[in-house]
Amino acid sequence: MITFNVNGKAVSVNAEPETPLLWAIREHLKLTGTKYGCGAALCGACTVHVNGKAVKSCVTALSSIEGASVTTIEGLSGDSSHPLQKAWIAEQTPQCGYCQSGQIMKAAELLRENPNPSRDQIVKHMNGNICRCGTYTRIIAAILRASKEG
Amino acid sequence: MNDLKENGLKITRRQFLGSAAWLTFAVAFAPKGLLLMSEAQAKAANYGVGAWVRISPDNMITILTPGAEMGQGSMTGVPIALAEELDADWDNVRLEWAPADPRKYGYTRKRGKSLSYSMAIVGSRAVMMYYKDMRRAGAQVRKVLLQAAAKKWGVDPTELSTEPSVVVHGPSGRRMSYGEVATFAEVPDTMPEISKSEFKDKSRFRLIGKPVARRDIPDKVNGAAKFSIDVQLPGMVYASTVHAPVQLAEPTSWNDAQVRAMKGVIDIVKLERGVAVVADTFERVLAARKALEVVWAGGAVAEGYDSEKTLDATYPKIAYDKGAKSKTVREKGDVDTAFASTAKVYKADFRSDYGYHAQMEPLNGVARFNAAGDEVEVWEGTQAPGRSRAMIAEALGFNPSQVMHHQQYMGGAFGRRSITDYTVEAALIARAIKRPVKMIWTREEDIAFGMFRPQSYQCVEAALDKDGKVSGWRHCVVGDGGNLIYSGIKLDRYYGIPNQHVEQRGTSHGIRLKHWRAVAHPFNLFAIEGLIDEMAAKERLDPFEFRRQRLAMPAKAKRVFDAVEKLSDWNTKRPEGRALGLSVTERSGSLGAGVVEISLDRQTGKIRVHKVWVAVDGGTVVQPEMARRNVESGVVYGLSSVLKERATMKGGKVVQSNFHDYEVLRMSEAPEEIHVEFMERDTKPTGLGEIANPVIPAAVANAFYALTGKRLYHMPFTPVRVLEVLKA
Repeated sequence: MITFNVNGKAVSVNAEPETPLLWAIREHLKLTGTKYGCGAALCGACTVHVNGKAVKSCVTALSSIEGASVTTIEGLSGDSSHPLQKAWIAEQTPQCGYCQSGQIMKAAELLRENPNPSRDQIVKHMNGNICRCGTYTRIIAAILRASKEG
Repeated sequence: MNDLKENGLKITRRQFLGSAAWLTFAVAFAPKGLLLMSEAQAKAANYGVGAWVRISPDNMITILTPGAEMGQGSMTGVPIALAEELDADWDNVRLEWAPADPRKYGYTRKRGKSLSYSMAIVGSRAVMMYYKDMRRAGAQVRKVLLQAAAKKWGVDPTELSTEPSVVVHGPSGRRMSYGEVATFAEVPDTMPEISKSEFKDKSRFRLIGKPVARRDIPDKVNGAAKFSIDVQLPGMVYASTVHAPVQLAEPTSWNDAQVRAMKGVIDIVKLERGVAVVADTFERVLAARKALEVVWAGGAVAEGYDSEKTLDATYPKIAYDKGAKSKTVREKGDVDTAFASTAKVYKADFRSDYGYHAQMEPLNGVARFNAAGDEVEVWEGTQAPGRSRAMIAEALGFNPSQVMHHQQYMGGAFGRRSITDYTVEAALIARAIKRPVKMIWTREEDIAFGMFRPQSYQCVEAALDKDGKVSGWRHCVVGDGGNLIYSGIKLDRYYGIPNQHVEQRGTSHGIRLKHWRAVAHPFNLFAIEGLIDEMAAKERLDPFEFRRQRLAMPAKAKRVFDAVEKLSDWNTKRPEGRALGLSVTERSGSLGAGVVEISLDRQTGKIRVHKVWVAVDGGTVVQPEMARRNVESGVVYGLSSVLKERATMKGGKVVQSNFHDYEVLRMSEAPEEIHVEFMERDTKPTGLGEIANPVIPAAVANAFYALTGKRLYHMPFTPVRVLEVLKA
């Protein structure tokens, strides 16, 4: 039994310690906004925050987050009011949408560290997150918008 | 209004009620008034039809959408046409998925004398195929409401007009919401005819051609959007299938006892082409997958197949073997005479590797049987709900009526999801274990058991007549997959070459193949536009000028070339180290032209595409903002495929296994700018989801020539290949 905190609530997951955090979140806790894309830290669809840092939950062992604070897309604002979520809607960024939870969580980490990132800083920070629909220019536009309107 | 011409589609009341096979709008009466489409009502009245449009007394309008949503915006784009003619208040329109029933919800196409019904959202067809029927249906519903209101007020219907979801009587200033009308309206025995003049003129559009927000987006920024991989059912267990590394080999045996003894493992199910492990959690499924050792039967067609050797050695042989079996795809004029009567012939050969769809959501499906085992419910994301239902039924020995289908959002599709081999597996597993199951292929499985865009080899040859005009065209495509390798050789759409011969030379390797975004257009246009650019250079003409002077371009083509020349500012010199390339593109009735601006790192061989301009004639653009993003998406998908993506097979096995060795374009490699311009046209909407990626291969290769004086003949243009070409 591993106990940690998800989106402000204490939770316990009964699973093997090596279980990837991704599957604990998605299937044990039923928070399905975090997505499975590659299972190998290559695409970023599974990005969540652990103690405020963006991590790829598909390669994060459950045992490593005992007592930690996890934030998923469902907990980013609770009501889609995060500046990034508003900007994502304003720019009509998502297409299939499957990667976008991970994109937003990764971008949220950036804005917390650097509220006014340059285009180059955005690209460098976001490069580990694949979008197969190719919404990259709209993701950049949304992050720039959020940093201005935040 | 050419697009609204009658083609025989008339909705009678009987047909409205679902007895006939037209695009059906059921109408029934609710206790509180008119329900345009209450399933419950229809059932009570023994009509047994589904709903299309429902107006409730609280003025909410529900429209069922058949626009399967894989990111292209169809779930919003299709019903907008209905809402426009209905003059519905879009803020009070709710969308629901149309059931997987093509006889009621499908678009119709003439197939000889008969009609086919399909809900397949493929080939960029959604808006294109549904547009006219949606508009007519909306206009009919509006007319019924107007007639009802006129009767109530005792006025002539011609004195009435509408504002969004409100009937207005101008002379008296009276107003009534659609919801109020629905409480007393009566449905006529025959649905009203809509004359051409009754359709809205473009100048009065409130939704078509306007920036309307997509309906799926709010749920895609907070994790609420449901993909089939997200479905949760009580008592649900998990499964994943292991398929043969050599595609389509059958399993013979496996370490059954060892895997069954693992914690949480519930069952191991043999499928025709694989072995599925079932466990109580997905992490235990993954562990069991890892431990599973399957012995596969020999004799699969793909055994020993080496795709690189085949493309480099076997395909050219087939292409130049006069005795090879060949199928003529297009014959026009007298191509032999055209070539025999000129001294000026240009020729080049092109190659293209296998491509993988790489949709972000690994394929998966959820299935649950009823207690009696004679009905199954499935949850999946599919481009073809009707076909899906039929395939699942067939695999189970059921009638389609025994399959309840729940459409979900798709985490990408790109042509892969019009065959539901994945949900068939989920259903077979659920039946075997008698429990609800979520079956997920791992990314590795999704690639190994992929259905690829076939590799191809092309010989293209052009004859110039005494005036230097292109008079003859020969095009031979070699590869596996039939029309999967010869789509997109439609020269007449953009260049009027009087004599043409197009042929396909087939072969078979036992590798699963499938439609990929724009099918064969990308690599065929690569060859066509590669040779055109080569001719332009050798004839010492600017690529635009060569096309204008030497090819009889139809007006539609001239317009997109003119537009992209201006949009890209083609004649302005670029900074040192940058160059431009041009290509035409055509797909699903749309036509476009594109320009790319590239630079090259000569040390690493990496091509960088900085800017892209695309001019598109897509007819009436129903949702311009959505369409713009579709084109941007196609540009990135196209760049990804020509700069990075290649699947190969060795010893019959797919070599690549995940995004580390099947690399797709990342943000740092995406263009800094993508500019899209749609031609202002009143013609019917044509497909836009796949118009952009076919423009990319030749545009990049032609820009590479402009920069280096060297030609790229093999896509993708990986750094290794680029370095080889630079050295040569």
